[in-house]
Amino acid sequence: MKTLNRRAFGVDLGLALAAAILLPATSARADDMEIHIDNFVFQPAELKIKAGTTVTWTNRDDIPHTVVSAGKFRSKTLDTDDKFSFTFTNAGDYKYFCSLHPHMTGMIKVE
Amino acid sequence: MSGHDHGGDGVSRRKVLECMTWAGTGVLWTVTGGVPRSLGIIDSAQAATAAAPGMSFLQISDSHVGFDKPANPNALGTLEEAVGKINAMPAKPSFMIHTGDITHLSKAAEFDNAERIISQSKLDVHYVPGEHDFLDEEVKLYRERYGRGTKGQGWYSFDAGGVHFIGLVNVVDLKAGGLGNLGAEQLAWLQDDLRGKSKSTPIVLFAHIPLWTVYPEWGWGTEDGGRALEQVKGFGSVTVLNGHIHQVMQKVEGNVTFHTARSTAFPQPAPGAAASPGPMKVEDARLRGMLGVASINFKQNEQRLAIIDTPLQG
Ligand SMILES: [Cu+2]
Repeated sequence: MKTLNRRAFGVDLGLALAAAILLPATSARADDMEIHIDNFVFQPAELKIKAGTTVTWTNRDDIPHTVVSAGKFRSKTLDTDDKFSFTFTNAGDYKYFCSLHPHMTGMIKVE
Repeated sequence: MSGHDHGGDGVSRRKVLECMTWAGTGVLWTVTGGVPRSLGIIDSAQAATAAAPGMSFLQISDSHVGFDKPANPNALGTLEEAVGKINAMPAKPSFMIHTGDITHLSKAAEFDNAERIISQSKLDVHYVPGEHDFLDEEVKLYRERYGRGTKGQGWYSFDAGGVHFIGLVNVVDLKAGGLGNLGAEQLAWLQDDLRGKSKSTPIVLFAHIPLWTVYPEWGWGTEDGGRALEQVKGFGSVTVLNGHIHQVMQKVEGNVTFHTARSTAFPQPAPGAAASPGPMKVEDARLRGMLGVASINFKQNEQRLAIIDTPLQG
């Protein structure tokens, strides 16, 4: 939506071009993935994705959680309904956990 | 309260730690002859007698100031009620320990509100942090307020009434898939702290997450808690006080008594009794009973290692 608005305003021709070029990519964003935190569980706990995919975690518990993969990514504390997104550009296995409730673990496999 | 049983017959009084929680606010412990003994303050006659010769202290835990979800939309209010009860006690305790999760999200205003209410007790309060107290970006708000004179991430010890108290921090540097964590530096400090102490010195260890394994599936335990307990093994009387699980649980193992206190904010389910350990919503009329007025009658069976918990109801 933001992209479309900026393009409509036409503030910057370069930005408009960039937006136009990005538009086809927007449909590819349908691949972007969601993970929900419910009842102290990452759901799904394991996710296989293609490189370039953005994963968004949403905390739906009444207790704060975090999403942490050592050396790779670390969310702020996510209160109820807060979200955290990370784009996986490199292939590999990304184990992650909640630093407050370390028994909560998950895995993202990027091809 | 009915059902309070002294369980003294034939059982060594020294090993019997009875416990009675009161109004969901905390557990009053009294130290008589150097041995901590929990005390039901609902039975005020008993409290007055028993408290007279010794020293008593209170444990409060998991106030989660800032929590406003359905399980208790006003956690600050119930904390204030708890402090009101403390102030109405017939025998004033010497001090209070707070076993962490003072705040819900480590916001400055939450710490300030907690301090404003808890200070109304006019008691010295010895804190240890819960994981909810270390959530600010710079992890400094707790330390600024309560970290003075502490070591490492905030551990320390002090002596009172002939008892050696040790406040431990087990909510830092948690490992994926693991439980609470003390870490090598703290364990080394503990060893040092205990060095040269007479084995007859009663020891009270307190920390946020249970130092014993309550329910690992929910993270209710401390990875290297056993290593701390090994170090106090030779002492004649050891009492381990924790919070985190928002319910009363007690276990006696040899000379060691393990006890968890209720929250003043919201109850959590018994281990495995719900899909998750999250805040448990109960009918409004039952909330204060769950935080609230309940007694634990505890009889030690010396032959068995048993967790004896009494359903929390008013
Ligand atoms: Cu968590």
